[in-house]
Amino acid sequence: MATIDRSADERIREVGILRKLLSRPELGAVSGAILVFIFFAIVAANRGFLSFRGVSSWLEVSAQLGILAIGASLLMIGGEFDLSIGSMIAAAGMAMAIPVAVYGWPFWLAILLAFAFALFVGYINGMIVNRTRLPSFIVTLAFLFILRGLTIGFTRLITGRTQVSGLKPAAEGDWLAVIFRGDIFGLPVSIYWWLGLAVLTTWILTRTQFGNWVFGVGGDANAARNTGVPVERVRIILFMGTAVAATIFAALQVIDLGSADVNRGQLKEFEAIIAAVIGGCLLTGGYGSVVGAVFGALIFGMVQQGIFFTGVNTDWFKVFLGLMLLIAVLFNNFIRKRATEAK
Amino acid sequence: MTTPLVELQDIVKTFGSVIALNDVSMSVNPGEVMCLLGDNGAGKSTLIKTISGVHKQTSGKILIEGKPVVFNSPRDAQRAGIATVHQHLSIQPLMSVTRNFFLGREPVKGWGPFKFFDKNFGDKTVVAEMAKMGIDIRDPSQAVGTMSGGERQCVAISRAVYFGAKILILDEPTAALGVKQAGVVLRYIVQAKTRGLGVIFITHNVHHAYPVGDKFTILKRGQSYGTFAKNEVSREQVLGMMAGTEELDALQSELEEFARSDEAQAKGQASQYEATAAAEQALAKELHQESEKVRKEQN
Repeated sequence: MATIDRSADERIREVGILRKLLSRPELGAVSGAILVFIFFAIVAANRGFLSFRGVSSWLEVSAQLGILAIGASLLMIGGEFDLSIGSMIAAAGMAMAIPVAVYGWPFWLAILLAFAFALFVGYINGMIVNRTRLPSFIVTLAFLFILRGLTIGFTRLITGRTQVSGLKPAAEGDWLAVIFRGDIFGLPVSIYWWLGLAVLTTWILTRTQFGNWVFGVGGDANAARNTGVPVERVRIILFMGTAVAATIFAALQVIDLGSADVNRGQLKEFEAIIAAVIGGCLLTGGYGSVVGAVFGALIFGMVQQGIFFTGVNTDWFKVFLGLMLLIAVLFNNFIRKRATEAK
Repeated sequence: MTTPLVELQDIVKTFGSVIALNDVSMSVNPGEVMCLLGDNGAGKSTLIKTISGVHKQTSGKILIEGKPVVFNSPRDAQRAGIATVHQHLSIQPLMSVTRNFFLGREPVKGWGPFKFFDKNFGDKTVVAEMAKMGIDIRDPSQAVGTMSGGERQCVAISRAVYFGAKILILDEPTAALGVKQAGVVLRYIVQAKTRGLGVIFITHNVHHAYPVGDKFTILKRGQSYGTFAKNEVSREQVLGMMAGTEELDALQSELEEFARSDEAQAKGQASQYEATAAAEQALAKELHQESEKVRKEQN
């Protein structure tokens, strides 16, 4: 019997390395990021793409989207979508700005309020998806509008306007706001948040029990439940994760700009999903990586800023974005076929 | 006499007006493979679902190691040591062998919030467990989707064994497999048996059941045809009981009838051909005579 298995063994080894590399979810995003970098390094090097300011600028754009993409990719691996991220950004921004500007709260309390609200929204999203078993696409699409509407409605009701500004003095010297503002070694703090979250969530996803549950829930929720995974709890935690990521984004933006606007964060939900998909997450769940999403966001940032540096009209950015998405999905389907192919 | 690991007494299960199981009794001892045979719709699946806690019996008793039990959920059955490996497995093709094996029951290391999934231990355990069953896993981090159907079945089965199953219920594990892969699974069933587990092996393939089974329970239309030890029956008798000898006879005669009518039809066609040939010959004769006549007249 051992001899039969040996012959199968040798067959696998032949294609071992290539197969292994191809079945890494990050492969597409990492090689894409390298290509994009080389392209702009050649085309736009003398226009500042490689200068410290230039690098810092595309890293910051990547970082902000990357924070959202990390949350979105974890949720996608868990088999769900969150389209309410964009609206959550505006809602969380206002949840910070209004108490500070109108009611004179200290900034740290307003930040805690915003995070508490994010956890609540995530919980509600997760609950509804669990209870109704409706596609999360629909549930969170509803919340895309509900949250945006509530944000506009309440902001106008309380302040009479759609923008709250002049928050910078309150943020200065606040013990909690300090972790969302300024530069460290000349690089914006958002970049450190991005990398820190990437390391933390990669560790959770690949090294912990919870991470294994995320893969299980996304791959086949019933099978996961049969083997004892608390599927509902995992989903709720993941939805909370995307809402918290949106709130971190909002905190960075509100404190950096000193203002909040009800229209912030529009289309961010799709950009986050695009970054996750470019990073190798399957739309059907159960497969993907945070590292991939990080590189997906990096491609995004490099192209957005790179086009600006080359002097080409930035309108073309969206064309590129759509094409990238299409190529990424095709590539991912190919990968999945390889990975699930039975001999 | 040893107490059976699991014993069913007069199990009846009805769905509305349909009697799915009627007075079915059977038992499985430790270290024994009981094959549950039956045609489609015989009630095999219903019986299995009753033992594994999916359905509750309408009447009758289930005894686990001599003690009567009531299962309200599949989880209750699992806790009692009954592991069911379903046809469509609780296996995730995109996840690695180790991740699948320990899904929901991951070994952890470390303390407090820094607990992590001990993959080293996991990988070693998976390789060791599968090796015990004669399957050589090269790379425990390979996706299960890259494994053959038989190997996947074995991952599911060895997982159940590892997590303390006393009774293994295998629902048609060989149905979708080729000859070689089915062999891998059958070998595994024997391995589980020698480790003292009770195995309930559901199949409708007598050729898979007969070599590994110690006894055979045959279900037909919701009723038990009886349980037979291997030395009491031959392979052909089991097959006969499963499909019903008289039905097989009827099928045979029906097929013979087909063959006969085919022959008759063939004969009919032949005579038609002969008639045509005769007519042609007659016509040819006539033409010949006519042409002879014409020639004579010319002369």
